[in-house]
Amino acid sequence: MTNAFLYALAGGGLFTLGLHALVVHAHLLRKILAVNIMGSGVFLVLVALARRSGETASDPVPHAMVITGIVVTVSATALALALMLKLAGKSGHTVLPDKHSD
Amino acid sequence: MLEWIFDTVLGLSLLWLAWRALNSPDLFKAIVLFISFGLLMALIWVRLNAPDVALAEAAIGAGLTGALLLAALARLRIMTDRNVSGASTHLAHPASPAQPPAGSRFSCGMLILLLPASAAGISYAVWTLPSDSSGLSLDVAENLGSSGVSNPVTAVLLNFRGYDTMLEMIVLLLAVLGIWSLGGLSPRPERPAAAVLETLSRFLTPVFILAAGYLLWVGADAPGGAFQAGSVLGAAGVLLLLSGWHPRARFMQWPLRLALTAGAGAFILLGLLTLLFEKQLLAYPVAQAGRMILLLESLATVSIAVTLAVLFLEVSSDHKEKVKKGEKE
Repeated sequence: MTNAFLYALAGGGLFTLGLHALVVHAHLLRKILAVNIMGSGVFLVLVALARRSGETASDPVPHAMVITGIVVTVSATALALALMLKLAGKSGHTVLPDKHSD
Repeated sequence: MLEWIFDTVLGLSLLWLAWRALNSPDLFKAIVLFISFGLLMALIWVRLNAPDVALAEAAIGAGLTGALLLAALARLRIMTDRNVSGASTHLAHPASPAQPPAGSRFSCGMLILLLPASAAGISYAVWTLPSDSSGLSLDVAENLGSSGVSNPVTAVLLNFRGYDTMLEMIVLLLAVLGIWSLGGLSPRPERPAAAVLETLSRFLTPVFILAAGYLLWVGADAPGGAFQAGSVLGAAGVLLLLSGWHPRARFMQWPLRLALTAGAGAFILLGLLTLLFEKQLLAYPVAQAGRMILLLESLATVSIAVTLAVLFLEVSSDHKEKVKKGEKE
């Protein structure tokens, strides 16, 4: 039991916070922020678990996966923002149409 | 004991910042809080002995993502101001952030079930893992000698799991293609930059290029590598774009496309060659591994940097206005 577990739990907390915001907020920019924070939570769990054994060097494989993940996240965020701007330009709304509310 | 207190405070402030970033009424404030969240994440990566991840997070997670979000918000605000007289306002100023969607009692109940279930599931999964495991680090250490580099993270990224990085270069390319197919490439509208920003970017750009070259070279045996170098170089590009610089039109055609595809192309070509001669994808001959990794990393750095700069250019520039202007003329 090392303090890496503390960070792994914080990662789980981040994921849950992000999931909550993703469901609760309708504004698409907030949804994009929420997905980013959920991703950060996943990365935190991965890297914290790579540090479990404490004394020996931490596991480089999750580190490499997280670095890849960070770059993929920024490109996905850029694509999502472009889609959001396109939607706002075409429809004048930054929320997705909801069939049930109308 | 002191370490435990420090880690607890750091973890709690991370969660608090995330909560504030997600629920702050003002979108601008939310994005600034998100940027500081990224910086705190970088600090945590250092605490977790992951300096390679910290470098990537500080450059991308905090820097470039923040710039992208702020650029998108600025464009939303422009659209809002234009639409004030029209029916659609509240683009960038949503009524109340914590306002639940027009959801029924059913969806509210689902949420109450879903969130604790996800939190409990993740905590349980983390808690029940064996507390003392070195994972794959022993395997990596054993084979590090034949990888051509001495930084284990670079060895995993470019050699042992080189296919991950190959596919990632393709993902970056797909993001650019996706954005281009939404609107097409347009030059950034000219806008006089502030004198301070212009002078500063002139001073900083050579430093950024030097830092990127250093990170790329040192990545073979210390924290650093293609991703960190590429994101620093990409940040230099964003700074230049912000200060009003834009590349000449003739560089925006095939030279740009060549730079965008160089990384993915090199990976695919080398993958095919190794498949042909070594019978395995991206299995370099031991004697040449170091040189091949350096070649791949250099091309990947250029591609990552150009891709990130193009992504920012696309999100920040206003296609629609450009098209309208063209129609009027």
